[in-house]
Amino acid sequence: MARTIIPFGPQHPVLPEPIHLDLVVEDERVVEARPSVGFVHRGLEKLVEKKDYQEFVYVAERICGICSFIHGQTYCQAIEAMMNIPVPPRAQYLRTVWGELSRIHSHLLWLGLMADGMGFESLFMHSWRVRERVLDVIEATTGGRVIFGSCKIGGVRRDMDAGAIRNTLSELEIIEREMRDLTRVFLNDSSVKRRLSGLGVMSRQEAHELGCVGPVLRASGVAQDMRQLGYAAYGELEMEPVTRTEGDSFARCAVRCEELFQAASLIRQALGKIPAGEIGVKVAGNPTGEVIMRTEQPRGEVVYCLKANGTKNLQRFRVRTPTFANLPAMLKLLQQCELADVPMLVLTIDPCISCTER
Amino acid sequence: MPYFEMARLALKWALRKPATTRYPFAPRRPITGSRGQLVFTRSGCVYCTACAKKCPTAALEVDRAQKKFALDRLRCISCGCCVEICPKDSLSLSTDHGSPAVSKDPEIYPRN
Amino acid sequence: MNPKQTLEVIDLNALLKGVSALRARGARLVQIGATTLPDKFELTYSFDVEDGLASLRVEAPREDPRVPSISSIYGCAYLYENEMHDLFGIKVEGMALDFHGTLYKTKVKFAFGQVKAPAAKPPSAPKAPAGEPALAGVA
Repeated sequence: MARTIIPFGPQHPVLPEPIHLDLVVEDERVVEARPSVGFVHRGLEKLVEKKDYQEFVYVAERICGICSFIHGQTYCQAIEAMMNIPVPPRAQYLRTVWGELSRIHSHLLWLGLMADGMGFESLFMHSWRVRERVLDVIEATTGGRVIFGSCKIGGVRRDMDAGAIRNTLSELEIIEREMRDLTRVFLNDSSVKRRLSGLGVMSRQEAHELGCVGPVLRASGVAQDMRQLGYAAYGELEMEPVTRTEGDSFARCAVRCEELFQAASLIRQALGKIPAGEIGVKVAGNPTGEVIMRTEQPRGEVVYCLKANGTKNLQRFRVRTPTFANLPAMLKLLQQCELADVPMLVLTIDPCISCTER
Repeated sequence: MPYFEMARLALKWALRKPATTRYPFAPRRPITGSRGQLVFTRSGCVYCTACAKKCPTAALEVDRAQKKFALDRLRCISCGCCVEICPKDSLSLSTDHGSPAVSKDPEIYPRN
Repeated sequence: MNPKQTLEVIDLNALLKGVSALRARGARLVQIGATTLPDKFELTYSFDVEDGLASLRVEAPREDPRVPSISSIYGCAYLYENEMHDLFGIKVEGMALDFHGTLYKTKVKFAFGQVKAPAAKPPSAPKAPAGEPALAGVA
């Protein structure tokens, strides 16, 4: 049968960020997909040679716009592990709270994009309407809507006083109520179910072998979540990874919906237990040695490999983002799918290409 | 019923006033604590150049001899490092984000 | 906070055996990273094992670096190895899926592999504010 090559991307209405896929199709069925990245490659890994390690937090945060806080947090945690800096517990709890708020806003963004990709625009608008409330909370507590600017090496830069905590908790209540309305549509609406059920099934064995991370792995039944490692304040909070067993796109959507409520519950726990104290320690000297730090971003496990040699600039800064780990899975799912399902399968792994390409 | 979940949500919100602000006809309500644009009060500044050294994007240029303070707004990321380090409190971040820039030149205080 | 992390420096010839042993333990491939040093390339292969992270490190020479591919053991490694090739110029032999340099579309080929590691600078003169060159990465 004759094969055609259809280029998908870098500009496509359904893609949040540019990725190029050459789809080899045989009569509406995709046989193979060849990826091409590099449209948002900014060479951030080389920028370590120019910026000293304390300023680099700002660069690390700007690797991605959606998962920016956890990038900054992982970088700070990695340097603190390298230099053995004791971070005060209040700062750990604040980082946890902001990390979970970041997770809520990222999942709501993805839910909106998924609905938009399906053509369900009004649901997309409702998801982002709820997300605006979350962004308002974030702006009131950190100063920025998307790039928080509140992590620094040794702690956090801004505190939340009792009034701010009260406001956050009351806003969270309204947000949770609206999230319930929203997720009820996502999980029960018949057009969503018909579009997503049975699409892109990955068995537990396949997901593990392809190196998937995050909700993609958990939707296939593997209960692995980097927050179980107990970094920041997660060691003192109760959480269980959210899993599903079906492994199809609907399961991945359902895992992210349930993680919204898990994140809200974690925020409540953290704000209930937050200890008093200072929020940052002074940092002096230069880092030496190597460290590998793993945290859980909304999209999965992110790995930071840092290497320093005692100067102000780090020697190597390597980020392995979750979307990069999920790309082989996406390419495998795209084989033998219908051409019209390609946008759904690309979105189902929650692609964040600016993270992937740094 | 699976068909009416979305209808319920849509109806609920159709009966409320819109969630969006009708900007620019209605003003945007500023959020306290938001990091907007940098505000410089010349009267307190002693030109110690601490802010220029701390700025991660090199958006500030301070010259002690000529008593010149220049700010490149297009480079400023509103991180607030200069605000934290200024010993004379002559820098602050306002909550509004400023109007669109009409030129790429840095702002120089004192202006000639 | 960090569970057990091990780092083992092994010879290039022992790489496939080491990776197979980890595969037998049921490890998941976490990342493959490369670092450019003045005299060599350092490749780090990290795997997630039951109680932490196990990393294997191999070294490749700067001129004509060749490493065997582990995609026969871990199928998903082809993406990391293609990225290593496109960014550093490291030739990986036997990749399961070889994009022949078309994965990363950058203006400068093998950009990271040509950098000199920065010399240790004395602590520090403050940066000159206005004379700074434009930030790298900003067009």
